[in-house]
Amino acid sequence: MTVETKLALLVEEVRAFSQQHGEPQAFADFRANALQQAAELDLPKPDRTNISKWNFIDVATHTVESAAYASLDELPADVKAIIDAEAQQNLYIQRNNTPAFTRVSDALTAKGVIITDIQTAVRDHADLVEQYFMTTAVKVDEHKLTAYHAALVNGGVFVYVPRNVIVEEPIQVVFVHDNTEASLFNHVLIVAEQSSAVTYVETYISTVEEAKGQVNVVTEVIAKDNAQVTFGAVDNLTAGFTAYMNRRGHAERDAKIDWALGLMTSSDTIYENTTNLIGDNSTSDFKMATVGTGTQKLNFTTLIRQWGKNSDGQILKHGVMKDAAQSIFNGIGHIMHGGTKANAEQESRVLMLSEGARGDANPILLIDEDDVTAGHAASVGRVDPTQLYYLMSRGISQTEAERLVIHGFLAPVVTNLPIEGVKKQLTEVIERKVR
Amino acid sequence: MATLEIKDLHVEIDGKEILKGVNLTINTNEVHAIMGPNGTGKSTLASAIMGHPKYEVTQGEVLLDGENVLEMEVDERAQAGLFLAMQYPSEIAGVTNADFLRSAINARREEGDEISLMKFIKELDKTMEFLEMPEEMAQRYLNEGFSGGEKKRNEILQMMMIKPTFGILDEIDSGLDIDALKVVSKGINAMRGEGFGCLMITHYQRLLNYITPDYVHVMMQGKVVKSGGQELAQKLEAEGYEWIKAELGIEDTDTVTEEA
Repeated sequence: MTVETKLALLVEEVRAFSQQHGEPQAFADFRANALQQAAELDLPKPDRTNISKWNFIDVATHTVESAAYASLDELPADVKAIIDAEAQQNLYIQRNNTPAFTRVSDALTAKGVIITDIQTAVRDHADLVEQYFMTTAVKVDEHKLTAYHAALVNGGVFVYVPRNVIVEEPIQVVFVHDNTEASLFNHVLIVAEQSSAVTYVETYISTVEEAKGQVNVVTEVIAKDNAQVTFGAVDNLTAGFTAYMNRRGHAERDAKIDWALGLMTSSDTIYENTTNLIGDNSTSDFKMATVGTGTQKLNFTTLIRQWGKNSDGQILKHGVMKDAAQSIFNGIGHIMHGGTKANAEQESRVLMLSEGARGDANPILLIDEDDVTAGHAASVGRVDPTQLYYLMSRGISQTEAERLVIHGFLAPVVTNLPIEGVKKQLTEVIERKVR
Repeated sequence: MATLEIKDLHVEIDGKEILKGVNLTINTNEVHAIMGPNGTGKSTLASAIMGHPKYEVTQGEVLLDGENVLEMEVDERAQAGLFLAMQYPSEIAGVTNADFLRSAINARREEGDEISLMKFIKELDKTMEFLEMPEEMAQRYLNEGFSGGEKKRNEILQMMMIKPTFGILDEIDSGLDIDALKVVSKGINAMRGEGFGCLMITHYQRLLNYITPDYVHVMMQGKVVKSGGQELAQKLEAEGYEWIKAELGIEDTDTVTEEA
């Protein structure tokens, strides 16, 4: 029996929000309908993490109003330290829930590339939004959190790359969190048409140390035939959110979706990364590095589901757990019936730096086809005290020794990330997190 | 001149006493060799001085110019001037030799006064060339996949770069082929002088053909039982340890198993 959950907003409030933002009637109905479903649906069930007591519902307020940035000089120092915003040709900055800065090169606009905040997209590109918004990659009714997300979306970005267009320079998106009341229901929708190519990087940064709200992010990456999307992310939000980060890929024939993720957010977080390799010869290479701190609870569930013949799915995850952080690394390679000659590989490595830290790796291969190859490797271990002793015997402090060990442990992922910008940002973020 | 004084040092591992009152004084500009049969506590002495977490000092002091290093953290001991070339150096994946060495050097310097990259590289190149180490070893991960000989050379490289006041070498010669032994000895000999004192722990007299010690000590059953000069080492080589046991009336008890 399902129990109806009391949600933070009423249907009338959601409709009012929609109207306020000039959304089409169809989208207002979509939200209202999603809210109804959110009340009834169950929470997702991430393997090995019980989230039934997590509060994914309450918000201090649905949206906060923030001032836009008149120029990049106004960016907070913490943001400037991580991103060279001036150097970005294609840049979108969102401050809490407010679109705060957009710069898109004229050349891209001339080619029909769209880079815009999600609410503008809902208004001005209603046809594309209707076609792709939670229709192909993620569905509204998967569970309570997807439905709640659909009802409350209050930010995010839309990227559309037309057929045959190659976006040479990465698109950089920055989500700045500087208001403790803010909740982020961001929706990122990336559609890469046939034979197009794009690199997208998003960076989440808190400049405040406290958070009271929700992070409920749904990301949909749709790569049509022969398209290539390289998706990078550096998540660095503060503690205090209850976070659900869903990043999903949908790859058609000959398409490629690669992921380069630095997951350094300090809140309790459920990360759900699924890539569906629908078409033949489609590929996905997933790499992530993470550092858990404090008492945060983390679940990283990475699934590559392979329908396509000769498809290739690669998962590589390295994580360091400090303090009393707890983490589950679920990795699932699933080759569906008909996916002949498919290859599924995965590797998870977890290092625990302290007695109170916990990490578990849970590798799963599900194979419904005979003629395939697959492999997995996983290891979980504590830092070797003689390693720290060795480093310290050269005059290096314990903190610095741990820093070296952490960098060293994450290096096989970080140095092989396919996006230079992510590598740089992540190295800086790790540095700040382990200092 | 600096002095390292070991006074009545008692050390336990897992509740079992291994060092039973070691006394030894080392000055800079001196090379001391400690010899002795397996399992007499030689490596324990080295590890206890450096502060290995598994060894518990139950009695005694180790004074560096009057300061008790046993009250210091491991990194503080190193900063005070101690260096231990380990018998089994740790492997640290993902940390390059060069980055590690630069961290070690900068740990001794004030913030804002870090060694310049150019100066560091110049010195590293020069020292590696001296130790006949291929350049690419600077960019390899610390000791990872190094052969036994490469690890020992790397220990000496670190010592030469860090320039400690006292170097303790725990079986630096074990498992080395003769070419590597010559190179390692060349490194140690280059350090000899006014600002450097050395304590070498070895099973084999052969090392002392390449590095002439000023003093030779014999350890048995957790104590230094005999001291002398180079001639003591030669006598041990020729006659073994039995004569010392007889001379001092030492009876064999169960020996301890040493670990790094």
